[in-house]
Amino acid sequence: MQILLDAQHIQQTIRQLAQRVHADASLHNGHALALVGIRSRGEILAQRLADEIARLDGHSKLEVGALDITMYRDDLSTRAAITIPQGTEMNFRLDDRPVILVDDVLDTGRSVRAALDALVDFGRPRFIRLLVLVDRERREYPIAADYVGIKVDAPDPEQKVLVRLRPTDDEDVVYLQT
Amino acid sequence: MTAERTWTRSHLLGLEELSADEILSILDTAQSLKEVSTRSIKKVPALRGKVMVNLFFEDSTRTKTSFSLAAQRLSADVIDFSVSTSSVSKGETLRDTARNIEAMGVDVIVVRHRSSGAPLLLSQCVECSVINAGDGSHEHPTQGLLDLFTIRETFEARGKKISDLHVAIVGDIANSRVARSNIHALTKLGARVTLVGPSTLVPGDMKKIHPNIAIAHDLDAVLPQVDVINMLRIQFERLTSAAFPSVREYSRFFGLTHERLKLCRPDVLVLHPGPMNRGLEINTNVADGDHSAILRQVSNGLAVRMAVLYLCVGANSVARNLA
Repeated sequence: MQILLDAQHIQQTIRQLAQRVHADASLHNGHALALVGIRSRGEILAQRLADEIARLDGHSKLEVGALDITMYRDDLSTRAAITIPQGTEMNFRLDDRPVILVDDVLDTGRSVRAALDALVDFGRPRFIRLLVLVDRERREYPIAADYVGIKVDAPDPEQKVLVRLRPTDDEDVVYLQT
Repeated sequence: MTAERTWTRSHLLGLEELSADEILSILDTAQSLKEVSTRSIKKVPALRGKVMVNLFFEDSTRTKTSFSLAAQRLSADVIDFSVSTSSVSKGETLRDTARNIEAMGVDVIVVRHRSSGAPLLLSQCVECSVINAGDGSHEHPTQGLLDLFTIRETFEARGKKISDLHVAIVGDIANSRVARSNIHALTKLGARVTLVGPSTLVPGDMKKIHPNIAIAHDLDAVLPQVDVINMLRIQFERLTSAAFPSVREYSRFFGLTHERLKLCRPDVLVLHPGPMNRGLEINTNVADGDHSAILRQVSNGLAVRMAVLYLCVGANSVARNLA
């Protein structure tokens, strides 16, 4: 197991991403930006990002939604097991708002595809941008991230990128499992 | 790291064979699906392309409609198999009926039958999922689950767990599949259960199911002690038999009247599986009053059935894929 990001580097990366979002003028025109994190680690990232942005901004924290994509996945029959979903919590409307969809790892693009279908059932955002901590660049769908923490070039399908974030996990770390 | 909970059963035949964890998994799944019915687009694509068949040998509007709506919210297709006009009236066996339906390519059969054990028989002769919508006097698992869900939702908001609660189930317990499913669900999660009714309709050996079960024949004495009252429907066809002298006498001793409600705890929860006989087992003011969760039971029933369909059809897909 190789450590790609330790706790400190994760924090630094989130800070850099927050700075980029904060500085991007196209996000701050008109309706308030909303962050939507894919459960569960995408949501954790989205919360941390919103906290960082509030720190940089001095304004109140952006609205953060949590999206459970279990019901939108395209692999019901090929999965190894049926998991108990956590549910989606989006207590605000998305109509006509800029939305940043947040996930921990962008790999094949299938999870993001599912998340886009789910988001669209909640309203009609003005636009959706994608922010990820790790981009694995093994795309099976034409999906691109707008904001990327780190890129990992490991085309071997046996190698897994494992993201661990508190409180879902006991530690903050990103591994490359060899 | 929190281990992910999984579901592996293709069928839901009863609650007796489920573990407490499995029951909680269904409730948690139902909780996560509740919000689907609050959106403007009340659908998720989870069971797109899957086919559900309602195989109802006994009359039912509400349970059948609830299952149909649940399936459609998951984007599944629904077929109603109308028994009276079917081959069954021509003498086809249950087994043949099911296998013929399955041969057309269905993923889940929801069955209600007057014989206890019919869903079990079906599950042994088809490859698809089988969900029990009520079999004889054996079980009505989704009703038990939605009752439990309603209780949990109400009392969790008050900081109480199921194991803190005392629940009374009132009525014709002996012949009630709703009572049996409720008994299994509640006792597995640690609740105290008191079964109340005339001695002819509440057999003593029901106490043997679980140590947390008590039996009482005096409703007024039990009411001040319980957090939840689940009123079962009077089944007329059984009552005016040797079991009980008259409907009016039953109502006087075991009906939940406005006066009886005053004997209860101030925040007691009243449940009824429906359809209600207003003025008989339950007074009309009580049914419509603040203590009643009867309408919430109906909307929770939808979420619970969505959960059951998603979990069982999903697990069945996984199992068939690995086979």
